[in-house]
Amino acid sequence: MKRPAPKKKAAKQKAAPVKKKAAARKATSAAPAIDVDPLPPIVTPTGRANAGQAVAAFASPESAAVETPLEAPVEAVGKKQIASGASPRPSAPSRRGKAPAVVGRRLRKLDSLLKATGQAQYTDDIALPRMLHCKILRSPHAHARIKRIDFTRCLQHPGVHAVLEGSELPAKYGVIPWTQDENALAVDKVRFIGDEVAAVAAVDELTAEEAIELIDVEYEVLPALVEPEAALAEEALKIHEQNKRGNITKHVDLAFGDVQAALGASAAVAEQDFFYAGSTHAPIEPHCAIGHYDAEGNLTVWSSTQIAHYVHRELAKVLQLDPARIRVIQPFIGGAFGGKSDPFSLEFVVAKLSMKTGRPVKCLWTREEVFWAHRGRHPMKMKFKVGLSKEGRIEAVDSKILIDGGAYSSFGLVTAYYSGQLLTGPYQFGTYHFDSTRVFTNKPPCGPKRGHGSVQPRFAFEVALDMAAEKLGLDPIEVRRKNFIGEQTKTVNGQTITSNGFLQCLEAVERASGWREKKGKLGFGRGLGVAGSMYISGTAYPIYPNEMPQSGIQVKLDRSGKVTIYSGGSDIGQGTNSLPAFLISEEIGCDPRDCTVVVSDTDLTPVDLGAYSSRGTFMIGLACVEAGQRLWVQLAQAVAEKWKVSPAAIEGRLGTITGPGGLSMTFREAVQLAEAKFGTLGATGSYRTQKLGADYRGGTIGASPAYSFTAHVAEVNVDVETGVWKVENIWAAHDCGRAINPTLVQGQIEGSVYMGFAEAAMEEMTYLPSGLHRGPSLLDYRIPTTLDTPEISSHIVESVDPTGPFGAKEAGEGPLHAAIPAISNAIYDAVGVRLTELPFHPSKLLALLKQKQTPVATHVDPPAISVPSTYERR
Amino acid sequence: MARPSKQLVRLDVNQDVHDVAVEPRTTLLEAIRYALRLTGSKQGCDKGDCGACTVLVDGRPVLSCISLAVEGQGRKITTIEGLADGNHAHPVQDAFDVCGALQCGFCQSGMMLSAAALLEQNPRPSRDAIKEALSGNLCRCTGYTQILDAVEVASGQRDVPERDERPTTVRR
Repeated sequence: MKRPAPKKKAAKQKAAPVKKKAAARKATSAAPAIDVDPLPPIVTPTGRANAGQAVAAFASPESAAVETPLEAPVEAVGKKQIASGASPRPSAPSRRGKAPAVVGRRLRKLDSLLKATGQAQYTDDIALPRMLHCKILRSPHAHARIKRIDFTRCLQHPGVHAVLEGSELPAKYGVIPWTQDENALAVDKVRFIGDEVAAVAAVDELTAEEAIELIDVEYEVLPALVEPEAALAEEALKIHEQNKRGNITKHVDLAFGDVQAALGASAAVAEQDFFYAGSTHAPIEPHCAIGHYDAEGNLTVWSSTQIAHYVHRELAKVLQLDPARIRVIQPFIGGAFGGKSDPFSLEFVVAKLSMKTGRPVKCLWTREEVFWAHRGRHPMKMKFKVGLSKEGRIEAVDSKILIDGGAYSSFGLVTAYYSGQLLTGPYQFGTYHFDSTRVFTNKPPCGPKRGHGSVQPRFAFEVALDMAAEKLGLDPIEVRRKNFIGEQTKTVNGQTITSNGFLQCLEAVERASGWREKKGKLGFGRGLGVAGSMYISGTAYPIYPNEMPQSGIQVKLDRSGKVTIYSGGSDIGQGTNSLPAFLISEEIGCDPRDCTVVVSDTDLTPVDLGAYSSRGTFMIGLACVEAGQRLWVQLAQAVAEKWKVSPAAIEGRLGTITGPGGLSMTFREAVQLAEAKFGTLGATGSYRTQKLGADYRGGTIGASPAYSFTAHVAEVNVDVETGVWKVENIWAAHDCGRAINPTLVQGQIEGSVYMGFAEAAMEEMTYLPSGLHRGPSLLDYRIPTTLDTPEISSHIVESVDPTGPFGAKEAGEGPLHAAIPAISNAIYDAVGVRLTELPFHPSKLLALLKQKQTPVATHVDPPAISVPSTYERR
Repeated sequence: MARPSKQLVRLDVNQDVHDVAVEPRTTLLEAIRYALRLTGSKQGCDKGDCGACTVLVDGRPVLSCISLAVEGQGRKITTIEGLADGNHAHPVQDAFDVCGALQCGFCQSGMMLSAAALLEQNPRPSRDAIKEALSGNLCRCTGYTQILDAVEVASGQRDVPERDERPTTVRR
């Protein structure tokens, strides 16, 4: 799998950024003023004008190629089937030059009172007539071959209606088409303690639970490869037999410029090993799915998934059904954070059991099963070298990373790339090299958790940067400011940065925290730390290459004035159920409360690729803007004709349409005029894939239409007697482009900071040497309560991105990253020891303090007293 | 594995009296969710760790997933469905909505009931008292900040930057 790093191309590439460097570094002024140029008029007729050639949306390549089309370099993209080349029309940061009526306001979400009153229906709240309940038997072994499964006793149990084993669903699936290595139920082999083996549908949940105990399985136990080093060293014993090279799932080695030479020429080099412990999402709602194969041969699956479209694709593949006969519905979802992005076994199992029994089948996982399902943060062992010039410029960054993938591929191909590709901002790197290896181990599979793949190296880099800056005597904020990459520029690995409000973020947290007044003056035991980060607003390319839009919106206008919006977006709490109402009402002048948003139902709503990679606001938002603008053309034209004025003179705002000279009518009247003129009113909008990224293999992974930026300052207080530390306050400033709803953006920032703090302070997936999870419960796997969580001060920075909807970028994942290194750096500032392994348990801090024999200010050794010899041994 | 036979228990939930057939081992949460179909009370862990199943029993927050249905007899039980007064949202519900405290919303039934019980006892609690009262309810979305803010808003101790007076079916 090793391939030559694209050093030649990198050298070529580097030339351009170097020239731009000076200019970029000069561009340290404030974010640009809001551009109020009117949008170009949209005259595209309604309809699926954008629909590209259908490219196997429901067929996946069978072979597991080593290098996948997902990694195709951007220059080859046009020849292949990925991008259409047609960029989405940029959205102006304001509506036709007018001050926004909805955007930027703290409006209520459309559905939050449903949640507040218990009326919102989550998957387990749904009960269908004749519904059966399913339970899944799981492996007690970390690695074993299945010799025999005997259902005899199970089938005799009263109330059992059907059983299921892996051989009945032989097709492999997986979220990434080229690394599909999962079966709904194990075929031949189990690969971790908790791997799914067999399933039962019974009259109720308790009966199903009793029945799975009556399934007799004979295993041939194999040695378990629990630690990544062991899995890496082992060539003969493969966790996946079809894997090309031992237990390596992905190896990425990319270099941009001559890192070794640049390190050699650096004035200060920090070299440090880091360990980032694995953690899990722990959404409070456990996974749940209901399958219903009805009398007409249509399959409906309700699932707590955050990506209904990929579930739809994989169901068609595994069940071998016509995808047009499958409907996937995402009800309200009780948290996800990436943990509900993969297709999961229960979705296939309930569907197949429903096909076998002709009855609806529900499966609700227990909390323990959610821990087995995992797909959380990858543990990473990282070696980082950061070299600074004597002025403090980042000349070289070199990393070598071993990634513990767990038992399946999941999103691992992308994780391996993200562990390097997303580090190259908000600072300009002179040269860069990363070498990341993801290996299979016999543990629950890791996957995408909020800040997928990039939280771990961000922690390591931001701590190493502080270490190097300290050698030069530079202030941590100053060194970050000095290396600012700028706006409208390219990163060292060839990604395009559009807007960039990082300096404003730094300034906000510097001011809010009182950095200048407090830094170095807090006394031993208290300290301040800073860190920065960047993240993507969606991925430029969909996970399976195709020319179709990544996000679609349909709008229907009713003569009552009701606006019905159909969105495939997946609201996991962040507010994408409300976003279409906010943006379309902004565009067409209705009141957002007159919108109904129909969401996430593959029979009713256009495809949206779901809630991952922070793509929602950006991509759904642009699709909304397009649909809204198309409708406005018709509304304005109809009203203008009635008033005999120019359509450009018509304006609409919160349900009132106005014209020159005090002309005014209701939105409802305008709709009726337009319906009379044009017929039934509707429009679609799409977000299309853009050609982005760099011209080397893997250069499109990490490519995003816009990047968000974050800076955090943490203030900590360390008890040097016990090693217990406390975050007194954490200030987080996030550049989200434009806050479409500031309350919701703050919620995303604060939730992210909390989750970063949680990983720093306490969360860790730990296993016994056998591969058994040490405590798969919300008590043993500690997550912060109200009493543990620090006060979080969130600050919104609006850089108004030229390509985002009304200037918006992401807010859901970026603000997590910087929390962890900011805390580590603050602890160093407080007591002079570097915490390089997560989580920062007090015992680790205490051990480091003892090792360092730091003078302990609060502790005075008692005077030496001669002790009688009889007591000496005690 | 013979099943224990069911017996009738009389439960007063949200001022409606129901006779429900339960096994001795049936939890209060199961009776509420699956027998009475009041699905606003959530099951997050089924072992008393997360607090999503919190209901009020005689005004006090109780984890219904580790309480037995038979223990609910003779008590006044309030679930999230009973918190609003008809079409008037409880101040806590309204404040949670306005402050953005309802992200995924799954933990919030329990959280709001804990908050409502606190405000009954202590109409103007300090921020630390709010933290203490809500420490048995885990939330994974919000980082708690907007929740704490919302309880302060509900108790009249904090203003919101912009109050959205969007008319809703359930509204103060």
